Amino acid sequence: MAQSEENNNKQASSADVKPPRRPERTKRLKRKSAPKPKSREQSDDAKLRPAAAIVPPQSVAGRALTLVVAIMSFLACLTVGGVSVVWDAADAWQNDLVREITIQIRPTEGVEMLREIDKAVALAQEFSGIESVRALSDAETKALLEPWLGEGLQLDGLPVPRLIQITVNDPTLLNLSQLKSMVSQKIVGASVDDHSVWTSRLAAMAGAVVVGGFAIMVLVLSSMVLSVVFATQSAMAGNKDVVSVLHLVGAEDSFIAREFQRHFLVLGLKGGVSGGVAAILCFILLDMLTRQGSGQAGSDQLSALFGTVSVSLPGYFGVFGVIFLVAILTAITSGLAVKAHLAKVD
Amino acid sequence: MIRFENVGLRYGMGSEILQDLTFEIEPQSFQFLTGPSGAGKTSLIRLLFMSLRPTRGLIKVFDRDLSVIDKQELPKLRRKIGVVFQDFRLLDHLTTYENVALPLRVIGKDESEYRSDVVDLLKWVGLGERMHVLPPVLSGGEKQRAAIARALITRPEVLLADEPTGNVDPPLARRLLRLFIELNKLGTSVVIATHDIALLEQVDARRMVLADGRLSIFD
Repeated sequence: MAQSEENNNKQASSADVKPPRRPERTKRLKRKSAPKPKSREQSDDAKLRPAAAIVPPQSVAGRALTLVVAIMSFLACLTVGGVSVVWDAADAWQNDLVREITIQIRPTEGVEMLREIDKAVALAQEFSGIESVRALSDAETKALLEPWLGEGLQLDGLPVPRLIQITVNDPTLLNLSQLKSMVSQKIVGASVDDHSVWTSRLAAMAGAVVVGGFAIMVLVLSSMVLSVVFATQSAMAGNKDVVSVLHLVGAEDSFIAREFQRHFLVLGLKGGVSGGVAAILCFILLDMLTRQGSGQAGSDQLSALFGTVSVSLPGYFGVFGVIFLVAILTAITSGLAVKAHLAKVD
Repeated sequence: MIRFENVGLRYGMGSEILQDLTFEIEPQSFQFLTGPSGAGKTSLIRLLFMSLRPTRGLIKVFDRDLSVIDKQELPKLRRKIGVVFQDFRLLDHLTTYENVALPLRVIGKDESEYRSDVVDLLKWVGLGERMHVLPPVLSGGEKQRAAIARALITRPEVLLADEPTGNVDPPLARRLLRLFIELNKLGTSVVIATHDIALLEQVDARRMVLADGRLSIFD
């Protein structure tokens, strides 16, 4: 039917319509492939711009969201850096304390103190993992007591406990419990102090700081994820027409999600890198300031606690990890939000 | 290809706007869907395109029952159907070329594979010189042809056109109609929804007339 009517109208409209005037074009379409003359194709190609983004970038997220992501990653990176500083400091304290053990010998009636000291030194030296064993001299003991008992102290007349300092070179080789039991059995009035109470408290404190730091980071990243969810929903609403056209041309939800995800990945990377770089600059600045200010009263307190306040290499790796995490989280969150939105739409 | 049996459609709790529609779109057929404004032509086109689900009745698209088709399968079926809307639905930030190439990008084809096909088709619809411009620069007729080209680029088995000549002057309407006829000759089933009597009179084709929610067919 259509064909017969077409013949009637052919003359009137043939000047307007291109396909009927060019039967060879019809043949080419029938073959479903159309090899083109090379020169013409090249001239067309030359004009073609690289395929534009299907979802316009400017419609997805403004600078505000990038700034939010940057601030969130900055805070997360600061947390990682802070945790790293505390962790390193706690580790250093623990190492110092673990490498020092003290044997304390209390004076006992009828027992010669010097003999017991010699016995204790000899006993301690028999253990592996120990670098040196040294009994504190009379002068050193006097110096320790001087702030409380004043100058000109005569140790012989006082029941002053004597100390033996043991330096450990390899804590893993030293059998501490055996040392403790041997010392208490063989040396009269002696006990071993290995600072275990201190180290356990330090470990607990460092653990609490790390857990707190991670909790803060999780909160910060959660806020960022929520911001991205809202931004994605807003972007979806703003691109309703684009989504509708994509459905129209047979796009799968995963394709549409990928198109949005790509933008949010770039946004997450931009925000993450900005926040991370700002945090790294802060770390470097803090390190420089604490080094420059060494010798001043305030700085000495800080140095006593943390040494030099500088973020170690694992801290910087943590910052890079946060940047990567922020970008991935942003992309995954937006992808899931798009899919959830599309599931509701259809 | 597409079969409707006693299909009814209502929006929300309103009365049925389409009632007991029973018809079939045959392969390589050409038909007009007509009726007064508000008769439900666009709703029927949307049902044919599977962007609406009927409230009752059976719709079979390429021998698949729409009521049991998984949502994930819809895009693959939609790719066999080209659709042209009255409002063109071109993306304003993409050039004519990119708009027409969109269905091929969506199925993951590399640009080098489809470039010559898209350029050919754009020339075929008379947009060879306008392929690098953005839709806001195109005239109504050019936009319509771009929308038609986009619907045709994947060589669909069925073409649905909703008021394709609604925004163009009579000479261009005739020209677009020639395009559809040519396409039909190449094997595509064509459904043109229109209330343009002049257009209907130009071709002796099957007419599906919607009135008061019911469909009458004149072969």
